Amino acid sequence: MNLRRDVFQAIADPTRRAILLLVASQSMSAGAIASNFDTARPTVSKHLQILTECELLKQEQSGREIYYLINAKKMKEVADFIEPFRKMWDDRFNKLETIMKKYSRQSR
Amino acid sequence: MEQKTKINAEDGKQELVITREFDLPLELLFKAHVEPDIIEQWMGTKVLKLENKKHGSYQFETTDPKGNKHGFNGTIHEFVPNQKITRTFEMENTPFGVQLEFLEFERLTDDTSKINIHTIFKSVALRDQILKLPFAQGINMAHNRIQNIVSKLK
Repeated sequence: MNLRRDVFQAIADPTRRAILLLVASQSMSAGAIASNFDTARPTVSKHLQILTECELLKQEQSGREIYYLINAKKMKEVADFIEPFRKMWDDRFNKLETIMKKYSRQSR
Repeated sequence: MEQKTKINAEDGKQELVITREFDLPLELLFKAHVEPDIIEQWMGTKVLKLENKKHGSYQFETTDPKGNKHGFNGTIHEFVPNQKITRTFEMENTPFGVQLEFLEFERLTDDTSKINIHTIFKSVALRDQILKLPFAQGINMAHNRIQNIVSKLK
């Protein structure tokens, strides 16, 4: 569970979310990513490190440069973490609807 | 996939909004929230006590698949039939603390209605933990539906 908590902490930061959005369209080098932000380069590097540790980003060596690309599988997991909670309420409310429809037919 | 039940949980906020529209007249939707035997059916919980009035309180109890009992309770602060219920909610013997719930019931047409549940938690961290509960249970239970959801995505 620790790893998962880290993932959610990772995406809680606006700069890191911006990085994910940026890299989502194409893989980019650390320098290219940093050039999109006013933040100091080491700060961007730190963000990249956190995103990589959480497996939201993958690294790919290309010549002398390291490129960052999005890990779609992990992103899917994150997007879905609220889904079981939503589904739990959806199931409950579906049941409520069914029960009350029956109830209204009985009482008529 | 149509999503009838919507969850809005903004980043960094200690609140949560659940909305859902029903093919039910407002009166029936409200009734489903005040009649103990009906609540028991759709919430899957036992209603030990339910006083539907200002300063009233309630106590629910669920039994998990292992047979362990889990208690829930709260106090009712506002009770306006077919309009709103304001209440606290607390899971007993957990570190989650008490949460404040504003349930609003709205008539859409003669045959349709809507519920809006606005929940406020003590902290952002607690909200996120509670949101993840069904997710965590899904991981712990081998044959839980989370696996079905994940497998459908593959």
